[in-house]
Amino acid sequence: MSFQGSALLAILVLLGVFTAAPGLIWLERRLLGLWQDRYGPNRVGPFGIFQVIADMVKILTKEDWIPPFADRPVFVIAPGVIIFTVLMSFAVVPVAPGIGVVDLNVGLLFFLAMSSLGAYSVVLGGWSSNNKYSLLGGLRAASQMISYEVFMGLSLMGVVVMTGSFSMWDIVMAQQGMWNIVPQFFGFVVFLVAGVAEMHRLPFDIPEAESEIVAGFHSEYSGLKFGMFFVGEYLGMVVVAAITTTLFLGGWHGPWLPPIVWFGLKTFALVCFFILLRAGLPRPRFDQLMSYGWKVMLPLALANLLVTGAIVVL
Amino acid sequence: MFSSIRSLWIVFKHMFRRRETVQYPDEKPYLAPRYRGRIILSKDPDGGERCVACYLCAVVCPVDCIALQATEDEHGRRYPDFFRINFSRCIYCGLCEEACPTYAIQLTPDFEMAEYHRNNLVYEKEHLQIEGQGKYPGYHFYKVAGLKIGGKDKGEAENEDKPVDIRSLLP
Repeated sequence: MSFQGSALLAILVLLGVFTAAPGLIWLERRLLGLWQDRYGPNRVGPFGIFQVIADMVKILTKEDWIPPFADRPVFVIAPGVIIFTVLMSFAVVPVAPGIGVVDLNVGLLFFLAMSSLGAYSVVLGGWSSNNKYSLLGGLRAASQMISYEVFMGLSLMGVVVMTGSFSMWDIVMAQQGMWNIVPQFFGFVVFLVAGVAEMHRLPFDIPEAESEIVAGFHSEYSGLKFGMFFVGEYLGMVVVAAITTTLFLGGWHGPWLPPIVWFGLKTFALVCFFILLRAGLPRPRFDQLMSYGWKVMLPLALANLLVTGAIVVL
Repeated sequence: MFSSIRSLWIVFKHMFRRRETVQYPDEKPYLAPRYRGRIILSKDPDGGERCVACYLCAVVCPVDCIALQATEDEHGRRYPDFFRINFSRCIYCGLCEEACPTYAIQLTPDFEMAEYHRNNLVYEKEHLQIEGQGKYPGYHFYKVAGLKIGGKDKGEAENEDKPVDIRSLLP
């Protein structure tokens, strides 16, 4: 019955995730089009779905150029780091009963660790490019990291306190009766904001900010390495959506439909919401994000944790 | 915070709006009759060339994209020996049409002129000339001009009086 932990399942998850990422590029372009009263790519194949293949062939076959002034080893490693950390995060996601790569008893901490490591990719990529715009992007990534990382972890602690476990599987099991979004609503909101900042999606794509600092940390990247940053960003979106589903939206729980469909639907809805965020909100300055994080989100997360803890203890 | 949520909601509502895109190659846009597109050389109702090779269009052209050479036929009627428009230079300003005294050169509502080779954008006379009268049907320059030309003497044009013998006016 249980496929959990088998190598086959790991490969399946890997394949699924890597097909999802280019599909998301198409989805994002179509949805942005929909919300901006236009079509988006609709020429290549049915609904423009083969645009994905064209995009991927193009991005993967471009000349992969390493600037002579770059710090070569770091420059090469940086895009790998983001892919590695994001894929590792997928390992702890419980998709459906018995379907999941691994059940760690510190699954949530593992996810937090991996997502924080992902920030190194951006900082190192910006640093090693030896270009002032990239460096600015890297600096912004660092400043963004110290603003969201704290309240991101704290916002999840409410869920952990309620469940009494760091294991993702236990957290999903504990949501059998009621989804965590109801008792942990503020935790959900804070984590959603932190998650968007974590994966450097708009409106918090401050390290990239193509309208201000060219392409930020990946100005100097091209070809496959740029593609890895790109895919890493989209995979990060899926990871954050999947983790939010697991922690707050009841994971695979839901009536009538099979569990895996419920998990997929919830994750998909969250991904669409992230794209809506991109369509609807302007980018804040990094000092605005910082003061927002420390003055609003951190107290909110702390108060949430305090109240949750008090209720659980009493 | 509230304004962020409100703007998200407004953007979300756009899902149910009509899309503004005109799906161009499948769906042609409406072009006004006075749209300034591809330049043509029209003919008069008899099928003769309207252009009298006066060079006004070439002179007025701000980007110097019109080149022509005047010549005359056996009746003394002027026409361009060659007439060449370089559409890779043309800015479709329409000044040539305004300058033309015979309504010969006209801009049409057509912009689909893309080519794979730049040389193909140089249109010669046979590419420019059309078999119609364009925007001014019925206009025939030599029928209204007081010019003596083969088959038409002085004073035979429309609305033209016979030439006055100035000696007969003497007291």
